[in-house]
Amino acid sequence: MSDLDILQQQLLEQVQKTETLADLDAIRVSVLGKKGIITEKMKSLGSMPTEERKAAGKQFNTIKNILAEAIESKKEQLEEQEINIRLAKEAVDITLPVRPEKQGRIHPLYQTYDEIIAIFGQMGFAVAEGPDIEDDFHNFTALNTPKNHPARQMQDTFYLKGEENSEKFIVRTQTSAVQIRTMEKQQPPVRIIVPGRTYRCDSDATHSPMFHQVEGLIVDKETNMAHLKGCLIEFVKTFFELDDVPVRFRPSFFPFTEPSAEMDIGCCRTNGELKIGAGNDWLEILGCGMVHPNVLKACHIDPDIYQGFAFGIGLDRLAMLKYAIPDVRTFFESDLRWIKHYGFVPLDIPSTGSGLSMTGGNKR
Amino acid sequence: MKFTLSWLKEFLETTASVEEIADRLTAIGLEIEEIIDPIAVVKDLIVVHVDECKAHPDSDHLNVLSVNTGKEVLQIVCGAPNARAGMKGILARPGDYIPSFKEKLKAGKIRGVESQGMMCAEDELGIGPDHTGIIECPADAVVGSSISTVYPCDPVFDVSITPNRGDCMSVYGIARDLAAAGLGTLKPLYSEEKPLLTPSFTSGVVLENEALEIGAPYFTLREIRNVKNGPSPKWMQDRLIAVGLRPISALVDVTNYFNIAFGRPLHVFDADKVKGKITVRSAKDGEKLLALDGREYTLSEGMVVIADENGVESIAGVMGGEVSGCQMETTRVLLESAYFEPESIAKTGQKLILTSDSRQRFERGIDPAATIKKYGSDLAAKMILDLCGGECSEIIITGQEPKTDTPISFDPQRVEQLCGVRVDSGECKNILERLGCIVSEENGKFSVVRPSWRSDITGSHDLVEEILRIYGYDKLPALALPRPNGIYGILQPRQRKESAVRRALANRGGYQTVTFSFMSSKDASFFRKTDPVLIANPISADLNEMRPNLLPNLIAAARSNIAKGTLDGCLFEVGPQFFGYKPMEQETIACMLRFGQNAPRHWAVNSRPVDVFDAKADALAALDAAEAPQNVQITREAPAWYHPGRSGAIKMGKTVLAYFGEIHPKILKALDVKAPVCACEVFLDHLPLPKKKNSKAIKALKLPAFTPIIRDLAFFVPKDVDAEKIVIAAKNTDKALITDVSIFDLYEGDNLADKKSVAVQITIQPVQKTMTDDEIESVCRRVIGAVSASTGAVLRS
Repeated sequence: MSDLDILQQQLLEQVQKTETLADLDAIRVSVLGKKGIITEKMKSLGSMPTEERKAAGKQFNTIKNILAEAIESKKEQLEEQEINIRLAKEAVDITLPVRPEKQGRIHPLYQTYDEIIAIFGQMGFAVAEGPDIEDDFHNFTALNTPKNHPARQMQDTFYLKGEENSEKFIVRTQTSAVQIRTMEKQQPPVRIIVPGRTYRCDSDATHSPMFHQVEGLIVDKETNMAHLKGCLIEFVKTFFELDDVPVRFRPSFFPFTEPSAEMDIGCCRTNGELKIGAGNDWLEILGCGMVHPNVLKACHIDPDIYQGFAFGIGLDRLAMLKYAIPDVRTFFESDLRWIKHYGFVPLDIPSTGSGLSMTGGNKR
Repeated sequence: MKFTLSWLKEFLETTASVEEIADRLTAIGLEIEEIIDPIAVVKDLIVVHVDECKAHPDSDHLNVLSVNTGKEVLQIVCGAPNARAGMKGILARPGDYIPSFKEKLKAGKIRGVESQGMMCAEDELGIGPDHTGIIECPADAVVGSSISTVYPCDPVFDVSITPNRGDCMSVYGIARDLAAAGLGTLKPLYSEEKPLLTPSFTSGVVLENEALEIGAPYFTLREIRNVKNGPSPKWMQDRLIAVGLRPISALVDVTNYFNIAFGRPLHVFDADKVKGKITVRSAKDGEKLLALDGREYTLSEGMVVIADENGVESIAGVMGGEVSGCQMETTRVLLESAYFEPESIAKTGQKLILTSDSRQRFERGIDPAATIKKYGSDLAAKMILDLCGGECSEIIITGQEPKTDTPISFDPQRVEQLCGVRVDSGECKNILERLGCIVSEENGKFSVVRPSWRSDITGSHDLVEEILRIYGYDKLPALALPRPNGIYGILQPRQRKESAVRRALANRGGYQTVTFSFMSSKDASFFRKTDPVLIANPISADLNEMRPNLLPNLIAAARSNIAKGTLDGCLFEVGPQFFGYKPMEQETIACMLRFGQNAPRHWAVNSRPVDVFDAKADALAALDAAEAPQNVQITREAPAWYHPGRSGAIKMGKTVLAYFGEIHPKILKALDVKAPVCACEVFLDHLPLPKKKNSKAIKALKLPAFTPIIRDLAFFVPKDVDAEKIVIAAKNTDKALITDVSIFDLYEGDNLADKKSVAVQITIQPVQKTMTDDEIESVCRRVIGAVSASTGAVLRS
């Protein structure tokens, strides 16, 4: 074995024994650095005779490559060891809870509101609004309910005190007032829905002095009562997300529609639980009818040319029915536990394309 | 409106079952509320024979009976005076439900003697008025059979009558409508062949009608003398009780019977208690009447009354007076039958807050043709004579029967136009005639005279409804609603903003709530900027004012949540607040409130009390969601309900877009909230709306070619200098180069005395070429110069 072989052997052993990257680097410098053993040997080539030089150069290069390779491979090995140690040190208890993030809720009433807008929106209804405080004309007279009309007693009206000897205003008993406000500003065709707060002087287990309605109104030259039926059947099927909802139209009376109807949907009641859909019972859900000619006249629209339908739905009631919320009064109690339970996450935005609302327990 | 099946069948010849009748009633708009069958509840009770009746050993009025059920003999203790051997009665056994007890019968001992059941009286079972003794069944009643073999099933229908259907406020009217709908035939009330009455004298009563023009166009009286009042017959009492009325005496019961049976309000005066001339006139302001309900009413000008020389004796069409009312001793009566105008009656009733069966019928409109004839005065007088004897006078009439309106011209094609269902002309005519209309046809068009009892029919739309109602709403087809071509713009821009704000606030952890639009004046008083808007008839004293602000309701909600153990929370509401009495004097506010700690206790995060910066962040987030302009100013102009040093306004020029801050501690104390509370109010109506024709195209993106440079600068400034001033001064130094300035450090230690240290990070974006160190330094020097010029700041070295 030549001296060079011995040197190579010794150096390789040294590399193998190294335990830290720093030591390894020191070896690298002492062997391959500017003044390293091998580097020095390479330098000595210049003083060698030409015929020896070639063979020696080859030998030195071989040793240099072998050592460089050994050092590199040892380096990788040490680095791997080092990172493994660091990773072991860095390990945490991943069962700890994450940092708190906030997720609020949309009130079920407003989720329902958005659902209804989505459904009627794709039938071409635009959303209209009107004031909560109303005058007698818009809430009653223009809706074919003159003073002393017995229909006024159907609704317990809140009156405002107002100034002495001036007109007394009321808080609207129905969103129907917005029919008038809309038609005063807009000639037919009119196709609107009006969601909003309504008020009646009535409070018990099933009534809240404030509740919500959605009014619908179409006025044009051709919409008839069969369209009304078609429109509302489409609405209940889409809203309740059911293929089969039996629907019943019954004659009824509202001063501002004629013919008037109430619509019932099929349901079944078993063990105090109400289920919407085919069943042995009926549930009243809305009132509707063809717009009364006197209402059109009050808005300076000619009833011999124009006609249309109107309907009014209790928004709170729809939310209760769809989401099985038992008591209307809880809607307005601001109990955070209730809102968390019955509310909807903000990104659950209803649309008829991608689906109305998701429900279920997947809420933080 | 209640009536019994047997009562209906007195007027309607029909073989229809209870279910068929109920279904048809609902189908023609007379909605069934309930069908009550009193016998159904007690149908397990049976007919028994009393074999023996012996005196109770330990009582002077009780008896011990042996009753035979056909299967066994039971011992029953009974206190009824009519109990005797040989009779047949109704037995309830232990476990049977007894309506008047509202529970099931239990076996027991009465004064030491075992009783294996109970012999029942009518009133105990809720099937009749009799409480004088136990039920005596007819001799041919079958022992052991159900009570329903003795008391046939006579269910009570409760029907909801809509305000337009005055004609159906009577059993007869309902029968008439069912007959028109093909569910049987209407029976004649009496034979037309011979006269109902033969008046035997002319009354000496003087009647004057001064109210012909003010609500009493047709008023009649008839004297009946030598009557003998007493209890009305059982059949009449049974019917009145079944519909919830209390039998009083034959004379009074006849008027109540006519009200329910025919919708014909009548009144009987005791003629001997009426003094002098009788006048139908307007009441004078301040006149008083003690009415039959025992209450005294103060009348006013314009109310129609019936008066004599003693004063007012009756409020026309609403209620009679106590003084001239009929008693058991009454022998001479005046029977009033009149037509009062609906509006007049409604006005009087509303003013007096007085409801009666009579008022309900008059104000919906009764059949004026039945004032004397049909089921009017003649038939009522005959019934009084039949029940009480006596003789009647010629009728005294003032005014005349109001005429049915002019004929309605009607094109039967309107049905298809309006309803989308084809009902041929002949069918239309047939239906209208069945309803009592007189129809003449010319060139396919109808001329229709409505029946006298249907004052609600005034135009062709009414006829369409009548035809559809009888033809059947269930035959209406369902047509798809034609869609407009291209649907957009469902929400107005303002509504979209509102909707986006709701979702954005929920996304920030807000729980949306909906609170009443009214609240207590006490709570509102802290949050008013204008006069209170008060409710004249509030549902309770603490809901008496239209809310001037959303905050008080949310603060109250925070308080109640804390009381229930939810100590931290975030609530928001988007809704109206009111600043005036008139329509439109309201604005839409998004209000978010946080209380308690900002976060739950957590191993990695320190929680802290909510503060003004939470509220400011909420306000800015809401404004961002509503796409409010970015160039807003923050000022210190928050209203008095905020902490003066920890609140502010977000403004665009002079317009306030939002307030934010911590709620004033004095107000929290007054409202009894023991947690820190911060809130923001965002004025959605103040936001500028996008211009109509705005294109949706987004401005093209131009990415800078060079990397931005970041430099940090720290300044000492006087404590009262707004940090924002430094930012603005820095930004304005070179708007082209400086793209962002942000505050990353704030230090206010005691060692700085009246100064604070504010450190900002400046982002410099080279535009045309990379910048040299000198150029960058030069920008920084200019920033330092500008900041110190505007704020007195000194660079911290």
